Amino acid sequence: MSGASQTSLWPLLARRIGSAALTLLMVSVVIFAIAGLLPGDAAQEALGQSATAEQVAALRHEMGLDQAAPLRYAHWLAGMVQGDAGQSLVAGMPVRAIIAERLPNTLMLAGMTAVLAVPLALLMGITAAIRRGTWLDRAINLASLSMVALPEFLVATLGVLIFSVKLMWLPSIAMVSAEASWSDTLRSCALPILSLTVVVVAQMARMTRAAIADQLDRPYVEMARLKGASLTRVVLGHVLPNCLGPIVNAMALSLSYLMGGAIIVETIFNFPGLASLMVNAVTSRDMPLLQACAMIFCSAYLLLMLVADMVALLANPRLRAQ
Amino acid sequence: MTGAMMDFSRRAMMLGGLSAGLTGLPALGGTIPKRGGSIRVATQSVSTADTLDPAKGALSTDYVRHYMLYSGLTKIGPDLIPRPSLAERIESADRTTWHIALRRGVHFHGGGELTSADIVFSLLRHKDPKLGSKMASIAGQFLDVRADGRYGVTIRLSGPNADLPAMLAQSHFLIVRHGVDRPDGNGTGPFRLAEFKPGIRTVVVRNPDYWVPGKPYLDRIELIAIPDEVSRLNALLAGDVQLVNAVAPHSTRRVEASPNHAIATTPSALYSNLIARMDRLPSGNPDFIAALKHLIDRPLVKRALFRGFATIGNDQPIPPFHPYYNPSIPQTTLDLDRARWHIHRGGLANVRLPIFCGPAVEGSVDMASVLQEYGAQVGLDLAITRVPSDGYWSTHWMRHPLSFGSTNPRPTADLVFSLFYKSDAAWNETGWKNPRFDQLLLAARGETSEANRKAMYGEMQQIVHDQCGSIIPVFISLIDGHDRRLRGLDPIPMGGLMGYQFAEHVWWAA
Repeated sequence: MSGASQTSLWPLLARRIGSAALTLLMVSVVIFAIAGLLPGDAAQEALGQSATAEQVAALRHEMGLDQAAPLRYAHWLAGMVQGDAGQSLVAGMPVRAIIAERLPNTLMLAGMTAVLAVPLALLMGITAAIRRGTWLDRAINLASLSMVALPEFLVATLGVLIFSVKLMWLPSIAMVSAEASWSDTLRSCALPILSLTVVVVAQMARMTRAAIADQLDRPYVEMARLKGASLTRVVLGHVLPNCLGPIVNAMALSLSYLMGGAIIVETIFNFPGLASLMVNAVTSRDMPLLQACAMIFCSAYLLLMLVADMVALLANPRLRAQ
Repeated sequence: MTGAMMDFSRRAMMLGGLSAGLTGLPALGGTIPKRGGSIRVATQSVSTADTLDPAKGALSTDYVRHYMLYSGLTKIGPDLIPRPSLAERIESADRTTWHIALRRGVHFHGGGELTSADIVFSLLRHKDPKLGSKMASIAGQFLDVRADGRYGVTIRLSGPNADLPAMLAQSHFLIVRHGVDRPDGNGTGPFRLAEFKPGIRTVVVRNPDYWVPGKPYLDRIELIAIPDEVSRLNALLAGDVQLVNAVAPHSTRRVEASPNHAIATTPSALYSNLIARMDRLPSGNPDFIAALKHLIDRPLVKRALFRGFATIGNDQPIPPFHPYYNPSIPQTTLDLDRARWHIHRGGLANVRLPIFCGPAVEGSVDMASVLQEYGAQVGLDLAITRVPSDGYWSTHWMRHPLSFGSTNPRPTADLVFSLFYKSDAAWNETGWKNPRFDQLLLAARGETSEANRKAMYGEMQQIVHDQCGSIIPVFISLIDGHDRRLRGLDPIPMGGLMGYQFAEHVWWAA
């Protein structure tokens, strides 16, 4: 029974990966089309205020922007299929090299935030659910609602003012470099991580609480309690597996935000991540770079969703039967 | 020998006196320049387009980086007068053919002596349209650049231009190694490149073989960019960086409140101007333009928008501290009666017109709001159309009857006039055509008498002030913030951070 249900996951996985590829293709078309509607192109933006017509024409030719848009897209797609993200129009170096500089930073920031935020959210959510109706529950609710309501630029700026400018405990900008030691990196990323944690933890905590609270009202919980199981054991052993699906889903949604949504935190802390790179690519109309960033964000989102669905399926055999 | 050469050496002497005075200044503070130290500097602009190629420099971070790594034939001093740098002498009899004698024994970071081949290569590459040089239009004046032996270069211009030494001092004309199509930081400048990551950081270390004896003082500089002004200032106050540029006027109090930090103000020729297109109506109506000029409350703009960090302007682009400034032009002031009279005479009552402004041009939205208020009092219905920065220069600047422009300081009066006020200039913002102005501009380039040149530039300022639709309320001062231990920051009005050349001059007194 269980063997059969596990083999039935593979076609599903294949279907999902196929539809993910299709989604990426559609996203790339949409991004290409919308970016084409923006005023000006890479040549004009590069020359800026001081552009003359013949300079723009020469630079356009140099960048290959004098080709028709569909042709440019086809070129890009052909390269992408072979794993070549192309050449950045503005920086004059391979997109792969630029991304390689930034992607590890973004992954590190997202990873460290997740390591901090996920256990914290689980702890908050489970505690609130178990102590439903008590002052602790209300305090956690209040805290998480305030976190949702506080814009991240406020959290980050206050953090800088207090911990960097006044107390001088932590650096105000995130200086990440290859030669910096782990402890230096951790210290300089402490404020960005804390700010991002504040942003993402609330949503996850509230979803966890809701899911667990819903399960706690079920008869099987009452049954288990009557049989003498401790509340902790009931929650961790019976309730949590049952609501793993929605919790993991909420976490995947929150964590996907850490890839592209960290733009404000990246700006305030001058963090060299992917989100600011993408904004830069938009303002400089650097199409290959923009597309590459969009593909990464989209893939990360799809991957997280896929993982969440797979976890939900594995945790809940009933879903697999459908 | 020749008038031009004597003239240039006289300038150099004047400058020698001045720089002696300047190096004397720090001594008053009880410190003399001292070797050593490492600082981190944050500018406001960053892009993946960050470049090591001087020709392509577009942002303040680029200019700073280029002045750290490369040297130019000439350099501009605090008085805006050029002096020799890599060129030991630069002289011309007719101001069309220029002879340059190079300093000898200057070496590139990567080895190899600086020779005329490097100069010829560095200057001529600007003429290649594929390069996308910011100075392509100026390099168009180079008819011919020729090596004259190992240490001599002859530049033949398409017409006389007495300002060549000043133009060659711009960061775009810094000298790179010959034959290197994509410059990689190998120059003759005060610092050597240690690390360069576009959009992230530049690290340079002291060049022990720098050709100016004793300089530079710092061992290492890390150059980063923090585009967000609040973050940049916080980084300064938290001690993460020691020098920042582009401090907003309203933030200066925060810096002054800190015992360890100070601001350095540079009066500059930077201006945000209201552009009235003169090739269409009603913005081309002289009465309309005259009315607008009398609707600007300049002291208010200076006080409220820039907290005093500005110099009052008079609708012409040469600031009061410029050597060619004409002080005899009467100052235009807020005068609602005069404005009303012009509106009436021009039959412009109840004219409705949008002003295009936005964050792309500093202060433009507030200036437009002030203008709208006063306009309403004299019967002009000016509407504020606020547009985003993105694409502003390609879609809005000069494209509407009323829009705002922004002009950075240029090294010479000729450049700012040629680029923005000459009838056939690509960025003749107002689209005006004034034959007398054009004639004076060309004549001044070849004029050998300094007094006559000054008079000619004076008349050009008068013509622009009287007739042009470029309305310049104030010149905006540039504000840098720095750690008090960083010494030697004396303003050079070409830009913030000592005209982007601080790296060579500052020292760390800790």
